[in-house]
Formats: sequence, structure tokens, C-alpha cells
Amino acid sequence: MQALTISHFSIANSLGVGAAAQLDAMRTRRSGLAPCRFETVTLNTFVGEAAGLDDAPVRADLAQFDCRNNRLAQICLEADGFAAAVAAARERYGAARIGVFLGTSTSGILSTEQAYRHRDPERGTLPADFCYAGTHSNFSVADFARRYLRLDGPALVVSSACSSTAKVFGHARRMIAAGVCDAAVVGGVDTLCLTTLYGFDSLGLVARAPCRPFDAGRDGISLGDGAGFALLENTAAAPRGAARLLGVGESCDAYHMSAPHPEGLGAQMAMRRALEAAGLQPADIGYINLHGTATPANDAGEDRAVCAIFGTGTPASSTKGATGHLLGAAGITEAIFSILALQNGFLPGGLNTQDRDPALSCNYLLDNRAAEVRAVLSNSFGFGGSNCSLVLGAAH
Amino acid sequence: MRVYVAGIGLAAPGLAGWQASRAVLAGSSPYEPVPIVINPCELLPPAERRRASMTVKLGLAVGEEGFLNAGIDAATTATVFTSSGGDGENIHRICEALVTPERQISPTRFHNSVHNAPAGYWSIATHSREASTSLAGHDASFAAGLLDAAAQVAVDGLPVALIAHDSPYFEPLHSLRTIAEPFGVALVLTPAPGPHDVAVLDISFVGTPAAPATMQDPGLEALRCGVPAARSLPLLAAIARAGEEALVIPFLGQNHLHVRVNPGN
Repeated sequence: MQALTISHFSIANSLGVGAAAQLDAMRTRRSGLAPCRFETVTLNTFVGEAAGLDDAPVRADLAQFDCRNNRLAQICLEADGFAAAVAAARERYGAARIGVFLGTSTSGILSTEQAYRHRDPERGTLPADFCYAGTHSNFSVADFARRYLRLDGPALVVSSACSSTAKVFGHARRMIAAGVCDAAVVGGVDTLCLTTLYGFDSLGLVARAPCRPFDAGRDGISLGDGAGFALLENTAAAPRGAARLLGVGESCDAYHMSAPHPEGLGAQMAMRRALEAAGLQPADIGYINLHGTATPANDAGEDRAVCAIFGTGTPASSTKGATGHLLGAAGITEAIFSILALQNGFLPGGLNTQDRDPALSCNYLLDNRAAEVRAVLSNSFGFGGSNCSLVLGAAH
Repeated sequence: MRVYVAGIGLAAPGLAGWQASRAVLAGSSPYEPVPIVINPCELLPPAERRRASMTVKLGLAVGEEGFLNAGIDAATTATVFTSSGGDGENIHRICEALVTPERQISPTRFHNSVHNAPAGYWSIATHSREASTSLAGHDASFAAGLLDAAAQVAVDGLPVALIAHDSPYFEPLHSLRTIAEPFGVALVLTPAPGPHDVAVLDISFVGTPAAPATMQDPGLEALRCGVPAARSLPLLAAIARAGEEALVIPFLGQNHLHVRVNPGN
């Protein structure tokens, strides 16, 4: 595929707002996970809750979009000058030539969960101030972002569970290659809600302690808030060091709705396709940001898939020990972590993991490692067997 | 972007399958909105068939019909699913459970709550490991899906099935987000002409507003306005008429899709 330049990006989660906060957390091996005090949740678990959302309503002219998910979107759009960079791109390309392709898994469903607590006792109706389209509707975050950024290009939401904000890169690639737009805002947001906390708990997949990817005693996920955005441009020449999207690979497991294929067959297909799209060999990849959710089955399937393609030498880690599993926002968050690793010459070691599972064979990093790498691969796999791998590099 | 429509699947009140609906859509038979009946998908293994919701069954039924009409193997074809809000009944049941002291959600309810549940069941039913995406665009869900599927066909040069579906919410959400009826449509799109083509489409994204194509029959027009996936009706009607036409499908406020429709074989 024609490589695209990732000319700007922004990120916000429990580690902080902006790239500097994320980089500091990565370098000092700080985790954003803390005992769950979220909302009225009584589960015994750790979460990565983003700070300050209660006091940060969305812009007044977009008040119908005010919900926790879009509040984090707004904070992230303003981080590191991202909205200003998009405004400059709008001047260059025109508002209708920039697409908005964002992902989310649960959108603003928290607002509906809360509204159900306040139904009219007689008629069962929801409170009059509850706005479905601006909050819970799956499209809400893209509708909010395109209005916030004043863009008139095609806009859509990808909601394919935990692969959502990796797949948005594929949508942008296709739309730009088809000539529908010249640039695209990709990324997305997922925020804590009761549906996912109690839902994953019903599957027995929520860890009591902070999640421990690839640990012999790993016992499930930690959840968290996360947002990330990237501006993709179709520029032949990029400034030295600028991040580049080199390849996207997508596939399905065709196996089970909530359990991964034991051999990771769909995952292998996604990784092979991403490498093929980038025109690279497995040996060209210097680091793999694993999906690494820390459930026994997910890590085992991903390990087999990674080793089948890369062998056991390529450095790899999951950054979910730092952020928790950000579900629909995992793809963009981990793509940005991969870019930060590339641009700053170090590979992040996984947090919380004490004893690497001897049954798993990939080269899982427990500590940060200084390394200049040419290209990295980031995996995102979701419910419904939806897989997406990205290959990212830096311009020479 | 030029795409060939190799096959269509359709399920909505009074529109029970593509072949059975052509005359109604072309305006030569009256529209009678009888409720739809969707059978369980025989392609699913028994456990998944039991767990499949109405929303999933609707998506799978139109997909299956589309591929039968197209004469193309679903196992080797990428898919684009699009829906405003997925499975409204399931979301309602989860929100009800979350107001009880126990907050017990069944595992099946939870895994069915993801927007890509129909895509997951589809890949299990058809054994397709090909790429699949699940989109949402609120009232513009069909336009978003059509544009994305067409771009994929044009750029990758491979067939793509677009499956658009919506189902009504339960109260109290129904009053706030009214999806009038269940509606599902599948368009199997290919980059090159084939023996079963029913139409050739030239699709472009236009960054200006334009008045939408509408349906002449008041019942079909109410369906078009009442269900995001039914924004496909003017396109389906043009294909059914088998003439040369151009039509506007609104996307968002400031833009639209322009679709030129030509007959297939």
C-alpha cells in the first residue's frame, strides 16, 4: 500500500493528557491503574480512570453531545495542538476533503445506563434531558468530532469491539486511495461504563489485581478510559522522523463470539496481511505491541500466532498493564505508544508481569530497552473474532 | 467508483426477499406492509443458532440471500456491516439488569451487545476469515456503508458484501430513537462484470448538500424516512426499474452520495 504520513496525534487516558505525559509514564514505568472507585461500581478490580472528566463539559454549542465519552474526546482533541493542526489541514485541503473515521465500542452508553435509573415511575419514560443521538448512539463520537473540528468530509464510526480504532486506519487508507478524501482524522474513544465492567465480570474475565499480561498467573483484564486521534495525510515526502502508516491487515476468526481461536489463525492472517501491505518481512519488525489483554486464552492464542510468524526473538510487550484494556480505544492508543517507542528509541517493557508464563514463547519484555527500530507492529483483536494489525514506521 | 451489483438480499415489512419485491419497488405492484418473518440461520452451529438475536438473524438472512443471488462464495468475500444502533432489545435488557441490585448480565447478552455481533456470527456461519467491518452512522448508516464498501471494491479490486440492517428499540428507548420497522438489505458488490449482475453503480462522494431521492408510494416513503437502512430504498427501486438513472443519497448535513445506476445483464 501507499504509505501515509501520521502528521499529528494526540492521546489522553489514565496516564495523563498528551504525548509528554505518556512518554514520561512509559520511561518511568508508571501505571494508571488504581482500585476501582468508578461511579457506583462495587466490583473488586482495578481500573485506569481518566482524571477530570466530571469538571470538563463539552463546548457549549455542542451541549447535546455532553457525556463522559465525548468529554474525553474533547480533552484529547485539544491535547498537543491536535485541533489546531486539523484546522491548518482544513485550510490546505478544504473541509469536505478530510474524512473522520473514528472507533468506539460502547460510545456514551453510560448516559443510558444512568438514565434507566431515573425512569418515570408511572410511565417508564427516560428523563427529558437525556439525548440518545448525542451520547449513546454509536455515531456520536464521530458526529461530535466532525462538528468540533468543522469538517465536512465523509464521517463514520467503526464499532468492531476491541479492534475498532486499529481498523479506522484501514478505512482511512481505502478512502484516501479511492480519492474520496486527501486526509483523515482517525482514532476514537472508549470510556468506563457498567455494561463492560459487569459484562466482562459475567464472563469471569475481570482481574482482581492490576492486569498481568503474559504472566503465568494472569487472571483477566483491567478496564480503562482512553482516547487518541491521528491526522493521516497522503504526502509523498514526510519530514525525517515523522510517523508513517506502512501497512494494515484485517481478518476474522470465524471461530467463536467471545473466545479467540486457540492457534490464533485469524490473528496470523491479520499480521501477515499487514506485513504484506507494508512490503516488509517479519525480520524487519523491531518491536511488537501485543494485544496482550492478560486473559489466559487471549495471551496464549496471540503468543502462538506471533511465534508462528516471527519466531521467538522479536521483542514484544503489552502496554495494558499501564492503561488497562481500553477496548475500542486500544488500537489508536497502542499505535501511538508504538510511534512514541519508534521516535524515542526505546521499547516499553510490560508492567505488572512478574513471572513470564513458561508456556508462552515470544520475547516478552519485562523492562524498557533502548533500541532504534525501523518498523513496529501493533495488534488489536476483538469480540466477534475481529482482528487488525498495523505496521508503523518513521520517515527516513 | 464503479461497482457491479452481483446480488441483492432484502427483508422488511412487505419486502420479503429481492426477487419477490422487485415489482413493488419498481412501482408495478402495490406495497402491502405485512410483518416480516425471519427464520433461524441454518448455516450456524446449534449453539450459535440458539444465541443469535433477531438483529443477527436479520443480517444473516439478507446476507445469505444476497450471496445466493450473486453466485459468489461468501467464505472468500469481505463484508461491511452497517447499522445505526445494533441490537436494541439486547441493550434494553442490559440497562434493565444494571438498575437491579445484583447487576447480573448473562454472558450471551454481553457478547451479543457488541455492534459487530452480526459480523461475528456471519463469519462463523460462512467460515469467512476475510476482512469485515461494522459501521455506524446514525441516520447516515447506509450511506457510510455504501461509500466504504465501494471504496474497498475500487481500491482492493475484490468483491465486498454490504449488509445494512436496523431493528426497532424497545421502550423507553424507542420513543427517543424511533426505528420504525426491522429492515435489512445486502448488496454483493464486485469490481468486474459477472453473469448475475443486476446493476452497475458509479458512486461518488460530493461535499455539498442535495435533496434526497424519495419513494413515490407513501408506505415505502415512510419506511425510507423511518429506518436508516431503508435509506437504500430509492437505490433498490432504481435497480428494480432497470433503467438508467442518477440519484442522491444524503450522507451528513453538508454532503451526499451521487449514484448513477445502469442496468446489469
